[in-house]
Amino acid sequence: MTAEVNARGSLRTRLALILTGGAAVLAVILYVAVRALSAQIAQQGQDNVLAASMSSILDSAVIRDGQVSLDFPYSSLSMLTTDADDRVFYAIREDGQLLSGYGDLEVPDAMPEGQIFTTSVMGGDPVRVATGARRLIAADGQRTVSVSVAQTQDALSNTLNGISRNVAVLGLGFFALATALATWAASDTSAQLRRLTTSVTRRGPQDLSPVARPVPSEMVPLVGSLNTFMSRLDHTLTQSEDFIAEAAHRIRTPLATVRSHAEATLQRVDRPDNRTALLSMVRAIDESSRAAGQLLDHAMVTFRAENLERVEVDIAALLAELVQRMTPIADMKDIRLELRASGSAHLLGDPILLQNAFRNLIDNALKYAPAETVVEIEVGDNSGVFVSVLDNGPGFDLDEIETLSGRFVRGRDTGNKVGSGLGLTIAQAVTEAHGGQMTLGNREGGGACALVQF
Amino acid sequence: MKYLLVEDNAELAQAVTSRLRLDGHSVDHASKIADAVGFAQAGEYDLILLDIMLPDGDGRTFLKQHRAAMNDTPVIVLTARSQVSDRISMLDLGADDYVTKPFDHAELEARCRAVLRRKNGSARSVLQVGDVEFDAVGGQLHVKGQPVELRNRELRLFELLINARGQVFSKQKLVDRLFSYDDDVSENAVEVYIGRLRKHLDGSDVQIKTLRGLGYRLDHDG
Repeated sequence: MTAEVNARGSLRTRLALILTGGAAVLAVILYVAVRALSAQIAQQGQDNVLAASMSSILDSAVIRDGQVSLDFPYSSLSMLTTDADDRVFYAIREDGQLLSGYGDLEVPDAMPEGQIFTTSVMGGDPVRVATGARRLIAADGQRTVSVSVAQTQDALSNTLNGISRNVAVLGLGFFALATALATWAASDTSAQLRRLTTSVTRRGPQDLSPVARPVPSEMVPLVGSLNTFMSRLDHTLTQSEDFIAEAAHRIRTPLATVRSHAEATLQRVDRPDNRTALLSMVRAIDESSRAAGQLLDHAMVTFRAENLERVEVDIAALLAELVQRMTPIADMKDIRLELRASGSAHLLGDPILLQNAFRNLIDNALKYAPAETVVEIEVGDNSGVFVSVLDNGPGFDLDEIETLSGRFVRGRDTGNKVGSGLGLTIAQAVTEAHGGQMTLGNREGGGACALVQF
Repeated sequence: MKYLLVEDNAELAQAVTSRLRLDGHSVDHASKIADAVGFAQAGEYDLILLDIMLPDGDGRTFLKQHRAAMNDTPVIVLTARSQVSDRISMLDLGADDYVTKPFDHAELEARCRAVLRRKNGSARSVLQVGDVEFDAVGGQLHVKGQPVELRNRELRLFELLINARGQVFSKQKLVDRLFSYDDDVSENAVEVYIGRLRKHLDGSDVQIKTLRGLGYRLDHDG
């Protein structure tokens, strides 16, 4: 009955992947942005110190005796001292001519009264250079003095690396948290679906009522269609059940009329050939009504066995009720039904099916057992529930025992007994639907034994 | 016994009624729920036989009303439905038992007997003939004040004979009443049961006579 459903991908995985991927992108952006910002701030710090150093050197420039002279304090360069022992370079030029310092320090052409910051390379290491210039008035004209102060960037990159590490840790933490949240969100969303699924699959096959539990608004259309579908199915099933009941009524009521008339006539008729005719009429009616009943039962068993409802069934109580119900029929033949229950016998199953199966077995025993005997029904739990029905009749013909539970198969020695050949078929189908096994055999000393083990 | 039969099929109702009357019961027949309610309110019935599908509604409606009115007359449902769930719902509504159509009259009789025995243990009509006391519902026979254990077939045979004292029953008639039609029994089987009854009645002033070539008759001397 259950058709294979075509499954592709998982809603939960997709949702988790999208959310986690988004979190990863956000974490990378955070890392890059914080790193760039802190690099900019650190660079500004270095630039400020370089500018101060450069200005203090430039401020000490004077013209003395027609010569440019600089007498800058020690602190001008010592202010550049860092933890990382960064190296400091300087170059002082007068109108482009090197007065002092490192001639190979690349410097831009400085405009007077301005500050220029450049990045250059000294001895293979990147350096930051601050350059400034001043115009000095001498007797023979004006001279331009430019000062460049450079510093390697070890301390700066140390600081930056430290910040980067912290930001990376922060980013990873953020990512981990986001992943956890994504997983939670994905499972919470899919849990809504799962709860709906469970509430639908947990229902018995007979339960076609609409889904009443509240669902998120996105699932309303799906649940709505499901409810509509189930109510249509319920309607169809009810219709066909009603149809079967109505059909049975239409067939059986006239049969009952004919039977009652035939029976009443039989009371008044004495001629043997008329009696024989009436008797075979009654038997034929019984045969057809029994066949109709058993066919309906068989259809019902097949339908229910495919959608087995499982509830806790007290087999001993079920049999007790059944025995009470069948006692009047047994009484008519002076047969005693004896139910022996040893301990409790509980089973997960469909009580209607189980009752039907046991009724068929007891029916059979009553049919073939001679008058004034006992039909014994035993029930118990012996590492699995078992039920056995024992009679004192002629027993089964061992040659045909294998085939008796087939459809419409009846034993050879059934004589005039009315039967449809479906009783054992039904019992067998019900037993198998419950994962059990039915064994037919004969008792020692005569009589049939039908054993059902679950 | 007084029966109320609620059945819309006139033919079937007529057949059942005539058969019940043959057994010495009195029967009222209603073909609609409305009539049935009227009958049930007016008359004191021992047993109600109720069809399920009726022209003016479902027999279960009647059953519900019947039980709601605290009327505890036992009800046996006559149903053509074979669905077990239907049967269970009828028992839940307060039916005492059910028979599936077409029913064996003997089965109907047996079920009526069982229901009556279960239901009204006290109000029994005991038939007294000579020194024999017979309670058909309870299935008890006292011969000269001594209780006698009767099997079901013995009981039915005795009931038949004592209810129609002085009437002759052929072996064939007795076979028809005692055995179902799928039993292969010869007329001699009746002799066994007659023999047993005679043994039970030994020394009493009620006797079963054999009329050669005709059958049996229950007589009361005196």
